[in-house]
Amino acid sequence: MPLILTEEQTMLAEAAGGFLAEQGPISHLRQLRDDRSAEGISRDLWRAFGDMGLAGVIIPEAFGGSGLGAVEAGVVAEAIGRNLTPSPFLSTGLLAARALIDGGSPTHQADWLPRFAAGEAIAALAVDEGAKHRPDRIQTRAERSGNGFRLNGAKALVVDGHVADVLIVAARTDDGVGLFLVDPGAGGVRIERTLMVDAHNAARIELSDVRVDADALLGVADGTLLDRVLQLGRGAVAAEMSGAAQAAFDQTLTYLRDRTQFGRAIGEFQALQHRAAHLYAEIEITQAIVLKALQALDAGAPDADLLVSAAKARAGKSGELAVQEAVQMHGGVGMTDEFDVGLYMKRMRVAAELFGDAGYHAEHIARAGGY
Amino acid sequence: MSDLESFRAETRAWLEANCPPDVRGSVDSEDDMIWGGRKAVFKTPEHKLWLERMADRGWTAPEWPAAYGGGGLSREQAKVLTSELRRIKAQPALNSFGIWMLGPALLAFGTEEQKQRFLPEIVRGEIRWCQGYSEPGAGSDLAGLQTRAEDRGDHWIVNGQKIWTSYADKADWIFCLVRTDPEAPKHLGISFVLFDMATPGVTTRPITLISGKSPFCETFFDDVRVEKENLVGTLNRGWDVAKHLLAHERTMIGAMGEVAAGKPVGQVAVDHIGTDDQGRLDDPMLRARIAELDVDAIAFRASLERVGDQVKAGQAHPAVASMLKYYGSELNKRRHELLMAAGGAEALEWEGGRSHDGQSARDWLRTKANSIEGGTSEIQLNILAKHILKLPGA
Repeated sequence: MPLILTEEQTMLAEAAGGFLAEQGPISHLRQLRDDRSAEGISRDLWRAFGDMGLAGVIIPEAFGGSGLGAVEAGVVAEAIGRNLTPSPFLSTGLLAARALIDGGSPTHQADWLPRFAAGEAIAALAVDEGAKHRPDRIQTRAERSGNGFRLNGAKALVVDGHVADVLIVAARTDDGVGLFLVDPGAGGVRIERTLMVDAHNAARIELSDVRVDADALLGVADGTLLDRVLQLGRGAVAAEMSGAAQAAFDQTLTYLRDRTQFGRAIGEFQALQHRAAHLYAEIEITQAIVLKALQALDAGAPDADLLVSAAKARAGKSGELAVQEAVQMHGGVGMTDEFDVGLYMKRMRVAAELFGDAGYHAEHIARAGGY
Repeated sequence: MSDLESFRAETRAWLEANCPPDVRGSVDSEDDMIWGGRKAVFKTPEHKLWLERMADRGWTAPEWPAAYGGGGLSREQAKVLTSELRRIKAQPALNSFGIWMLGPALLAFGTEEQKQRFLPEIVRGEIRWCQGYSEPGAGSDLAGLQTRAEDRGDHWIVNGQKIWTSYADKADWIFCLVRTDPEAPKHLGISFVLFDMATPGVTTRPITLISGKSPFCETFFDDVRVEKENLVGTLNRGWDVAKHLLAHERTMIGAMGEVAAGKPVGQVAVDHIGTDDQGRLDDPMLRARIAELDVDAIAFRASLERVGDQVKAGQAHPAVASMLKYYGSELNKRRHELLMAAGGAEALEWEGGRSHDGQSARDWLRTKANSIEGGTSEIQLNILAKHILKLPGA
């Protein structure tokens, strides 16, 4: 398959880009932040995602979605990255949807997928527990109890955790790690919103003897469903970061052309030209591996996990460079809250940690390479 | 089965039957490489056979039109062929500046007669080409070249000197930039001509590099007769041909490290240094650097593929070759720095059978030219700043 977007995917990119630039631009993020919005996202905008067919991009048409794949998910995530749009697209439209499509019972699917696709419900995936993403060391326990399970543990960096209508909790059973549907209102669930540097949603969740029915377990508790969900999440976050890097770079290029010092545009200085050209190369190459990884996920390629790790690691490193250069090349104004480049820097830092940072994924590649 | 899948199946079967054992596995030394030409040297008879079999199918130039001896494959078929060749670790059946550089320029600018005359023998590896671009006074400022071609009616007389002419001493013909109008602005007085290296007045002198090897030459022209029928493109507009060819050369140099990559650096390091009780390389700092290289190499391979697909789809910016050249050559330098660190003291031997006469050290030093030849990294960054980023004054 050619490593470029198809005509349909290009049309989706244009539609998503136009929609978000109009309804979810950076001013939308600023407004939610400055108003100290309790929810941190707009339910109206999420419904508009549904109307546009974006909320359910990977949800089968039978459940009201668009029935598309990881590449299309990445196309939307990339547009979100450019616009820094806060939305439940990642938490609900991708992570929870993937978990339910692959592991949900027909009842679960009928209950939730149409509402996700319509932008009417929000779900949150609870995986991480400590400072770093370590899914192989999950300590939250799910013990058999009566007809179901009893969950105990603590989760962190749960995206959209405090506004979710349903939680999907990764917990260790005797067989392996499973994903459990948990009602956020159930006894023993304590949710604390954590206000984040990027003004995007996250929460800490404590689970104390939370009882769920046997059918709350999605699929089989052998860790494979979590892997599949995380792979999609990593690919999509890499695409989001790639979009954010490109947008920060575009703004920086405009600034290099417009800002004058010593009587000429600062973009005339070779010291800056070479750094900008290097950054261009870094961003281009990251875009290539991100698309390659998403295509591999859709194709079920045997090396998809390596490509996804390379994509997430690259997105982390080139994204970090993009926002650092953006702030530095903007000089003093780059440090002001008024200019957007600082917002890109903040979002990039959070996205870098989500589902494994560059070091985590480089480590994976080293192990797979046998060294 | 789709057409592409059946093409894969047929290709796999043909390669299994026709790729000799001696040409499978990593390219460990210059001797393994097949260059062809009138003075062709083959490491074994199987190397010769491999070239002949692949050339018969046009698969030494898979995407060239069959009318000129090429394989006539679509881009997707060519990708399948590449992946099947990689699967059995087949070495390239032909390394050729004719295929990598001149051929694309002839396809774009050559007359029908020139294409018929030169392309088939390039595909078959019967002619080896060298490139007469740089001069002692024209390096990064290539358009400042001074080699003169004087008009003598039906031919030119060429005088001057080229430098860094790769394998000039082994080549049969040269594609050469000469100044045909000394009065015109420097970019507008250059022509692109072809001539036989056996023509009287052509001499070459190999240059010994820091690697101890001599892949490059000085090449001297003393009243060399060049026929006018061997002008490619328009008179005095050779710079257009040169730039087109440079884009292919730059992509080739950028891709070289990935195409020629032998044993993975991580494996080399494990072989020399060993592992800890967790199976990890027993040198954590080096391990981290190798992992970062692998991440970048995987991504860069995707980028090579993507740019190829963009070119095919007409979506590529012509200057994107400078991005591949810049990144690929810097990446290859990093790879060889890490290979040296992975080999430690054992990579430092310069002569003797144990080190294959200092293969690691010589390869390491050779890669330092990657970011100089075909336009320095700094020139590539200038091109990107000007043509893609459209920065002012660039």
